[in-house]
Amino acid sequence: MIDVLDAVKAYGSVRVVDGVRLALPAGGLTSIIGPNGAGKSTLLSLVARLVALDGGQVLVDGLDVTTSRSDVLAKRIAALRQENHLGSRLTVRDLVTFGRYPHSKGRPTAEDGEHVARSLEFLDLVPLADRFLDELSGGQRQRAFVAMVLCQDTDVLLLDEPLNNLDPRHAVAMMDRLRAAADELGKTVVVVVHDINVAAHYSDHIVAMCDGAVVHEGPPSAVIRPEVLSSVYGLPVEVHDLAGRPHATYFR
Amino acid sequence: MPRLGAAAGVIGLLAAVSLFVGVGDVSLGALASAVFAGDAESRHDLLLVGVSRVPRTIAIILAGAAMAIAGQIMQLLSRNRFVEPSTAGTVESAALGILIVTVLAPGAPVMVKMLVATLTALAGTALFLRILHQVPLRSVLVVPLVGLMLGGIINAVSTFFAYRLDLLQSLNTWMTGDFSGVLRGRYELLWISFALTVVAYVAADRFTVAGMGQDFVTTLGMNYRAVLALGLSIVSMVTAVVVVTVGAIPFLGLVVPNLVALIFGDNLRRTAPWVALGGAGFVLVCDLVGRTVRYPYEVPIGVVVGVVGSALFLALLLRRGARVA
Amino acid sequence: MSLELRPTVTGTRVPSSDLAAPPVNHRPRWVLVGLGIGLVLAAAAFMTLGAKGSWEFLLPFRGTKLLAMALVGTAVAVSTVMFQTVTDNRILTPSIMGFDALYLLLQTSLVFAIGSARLAGVDTWARFVVEVSVMVVFGVGLYRWLLAGQRRSVHVLVLAGIVFGVFFRSLSGFMQRLIDPNEFVVLQDAMFASFNSFDRELVWLAAGLLACAISVAWALRRRLDVLLLGRERATTLGVDHRRTVGLVLVIVAVLVSVSTALVGPITFFGLLVANLAYRIAGTHRHAVVLPVAALLGVLALVAGQTVLERVFSFDTALAVIIEFLGGIVFLALLMRGERR
Repeated sequence: MIDVLDAVKAYGSVRVVDGVRLALPAGGLTSIIGPNGAGKSTLLSLVARLVALDGGQVLVDGLDVTTSRSDVLAKRIAALRQENHLGSRLTVRDLVTFGRYPHSKGRPTAEDGEHVARSLEFLDLVPLADRFLDELSGGQRQRAFVAMVLCQDTDVLLLDEPLNNLDPRHAVAMMDRLRAAADELGKTVVVVVHDINVAAHYSDHIVAMCDGAVVHEGPPSAVIRPEVLSSVYGLPVEVHDLAGRPHATYFR
Repeated sequence: MPRLGAAAGVIGLLAAVSLFVGVGDVSLGALASAVFAGDAESRHDLLLVGVSRVPRTIAIILAGAAMAIAGQIMQLLSRNRFVEPSTAGTVESAALGILIVTVLAPGAPVMVKMLVATLTALAGTALFLRILHQVPLRSVLVVPLVGLMLGGIINAVSTFFAYRLDLLQSLNTWMTGDFSGVLRGRYELLWISFALTVVAYVAADRFTVAGMGQDFVTTLGMNYRAVLALGLSIVSMVTAVVVVTVGAIPFLGLVVPNLVALIFGDNLRRTAPWVALGGAGFVLVCDLVGRTVRYPYEVPIGVVVGVVGSALFLALLLRRGARVA
Repeated sequence: MSLELRPTVTGTRVPSSDLAAPPVNHRPRWVLVGLGIGLVLAAAAFMTLGAKGSWEFLLPFRGTKLLAMALVGTAVAVSTVMFQTVTDNRILTPSIMGFDALYLLLQTSLVFAIGSARLAGVDTWARFVVEVSVMVVFGVGLYRWLLAGQRRSVHVLVLAGIVFGVFFRSLSGFMQRLIDPNEFVVLQDAMFASFNSFDRELVWLAAGLLACAISVAWALRRRLDVLLLGRERATTLGVDHRRTVGLVLVIVAVLVSVSTALVGPITFFGLLVANLAYRIAGTHRHAVVLPVAALLGVLALVAGQTVLERVFSFDTALAVIIEFLGGIVFLALLMRGERR
């Protein structure tokens, strides 16, 4: 479904993404983990065609992201970056409704209205729907952005640190929703997360990156291991079994 | 949308009042009798209304609405609340055109002069877009910066020639917004600005998303540079037509969108009607003030807008100042 | 003026054996040297080209002009850079706050009210003091009225300044339509900055005022760096945002008012110079950007004035030359793209 073929992104002489090869099947939730500066966000941006490739190719569902038409891609891929500073004054409802743009091109139909309503409910935003974004807390704003991405109703969802600013209840709810999107709606969800245990608990597949390259990849049982994590993150990590699931600890 | 309807009603009322204010003496009764009875004197009144008042009122509404919308588009595209339609070098290009045609063909009919100025304004915008195409859009400020620099260059050229030919005072006079010269046969270009405003409304969502940033434009499947080109073309054509027909009206493109955004936010599809009505209403009020304050002399709209607009804007700004986005 | 070009962020020397030391950035040094050389060449050209007559006369005559250009160029550059830092917006200049418009209104009202002939008879010092006072009072008054009392953002202040600017310009425009075309020609001269006929005695008074303001600005350079981070971060780092911004705006008011009263509306090239400075300086630190901008400002004026005198024989305005050439240089730089 998502094929990354020797993707390269360089800023000056620094190769932030250095010849990455990846093949992610359709459906399921994949987490990308790794230390700061490993190239996770950049890789996600390359797949989302938000950043131009300096080498290699990325295919999503057979479509080359560099050469395919953007509006066609917009119905297949929805992406959310890590930093979302919005200078515009928009209401939550406005923002989420824009998620329907690739489908409705600005002329919303009743079906679009339903998608919007469902996305708002999904992320517990109904009481906030008509408030302006700049009046909300960071976490509420984050949920609004994710609602917009969900509303775009694409096969592929790419989210960079979706749990930023969320309290435990909302973080769990968010990951449950993303899991539901993968399980019940058959979407391919790729998230970049910095919390190893979120990846461990919710992913079908984990990709570990370091210095611009993929260093380990596989199901949680293969990646959430002390020797793998310690080498990826550069500090001693222990892995414990908690109710049948792996759980990493690194605080001493 | 009851509130919007009420606002439109107010504008309609103002427009009606505008038709009956002025030096010539026109009343509704006289008009009616002129249409039905038709004697020479009342026909004169009809002529006055038909040739001068109606076109003037229409021109005010069209210019006011179009400039305000152009201002909002400009602000969304540059993601900066301090830019005006003139921040694309259009006004300066139009001025250069007026200067050229005055120097080379002083006897040409007004419509020809207007068309030449519109063409130079469009050429200026095309140049602006061309330069923008070559420039990496790394920062949002690039758009207004290029516009300001280009405007400065063109302005330098105009000033250079106007200075030598002693046409500077005249140039200033032409460029000052003034509706007193609006007659039937001189204002029709403004309908182009109306058409463009409609186009802008149809494409409103594109501009709102552009105001959210390049990433959102791309991820929603639009081409950023195409949206930019469309928006800037609309802004410049509107500006060119208005400047060439009635002169530059300061404030409109800056103040009205800012005020509306403070209250209603930045979703163009929702705010466009308010911005248009606000622009039209603002100019109507200023025009009425300009025509009555020193009756029977007329104070040019550019001056009135400057004074009335300043007071109004300051008052509103200070009331809501704490919550400026 | 000592130039701090130390290799680390906090300004303290780090032993070169320390592996954490960042690579030394030599670019600012080279830029300053390059600009310095360029300026010396331009100044030499200005002083010597087309020189007729004895050096006894020429030296003080052209020398005072050069001094005036140095002062005004630095004042405009420094005020624009500081203003942009404080408003966090690189397309704004102090002129947007209405200073130029106010100056123009003053001149127009004077010509309108008492006529150019009588205006010429007014004592130049008195005129200078009145003009500077009015503009400084306006700038400071605006700030105090809008910012000092309540919790308002600089954004509001700038918008208010723009409003006043439009207001003043409208009034001027109105009066300009009414005055006699002959009078307008006199007024026209006041509309454009000119180094050709300013009062030489005033230069020393202006020099004193500008030197004071510029040295206060220089003393603020590190606090200005912190202001770049925004109000909240500046406060957590211990910089009193409100007071510093207030002080900056007062300095800007003084710099702009004195320059404008001395030679006419001159702030037009601030935008150009400030943005050029950011592009070529190689760093955001005001300790570098301010001198770079100042050098660029003076260079623009000296080179522009030389072109005005030698190529056009005074038959146009300095603003025309600088806006034209400067604008082209700037756009060319933008289009070439900068490799950071």
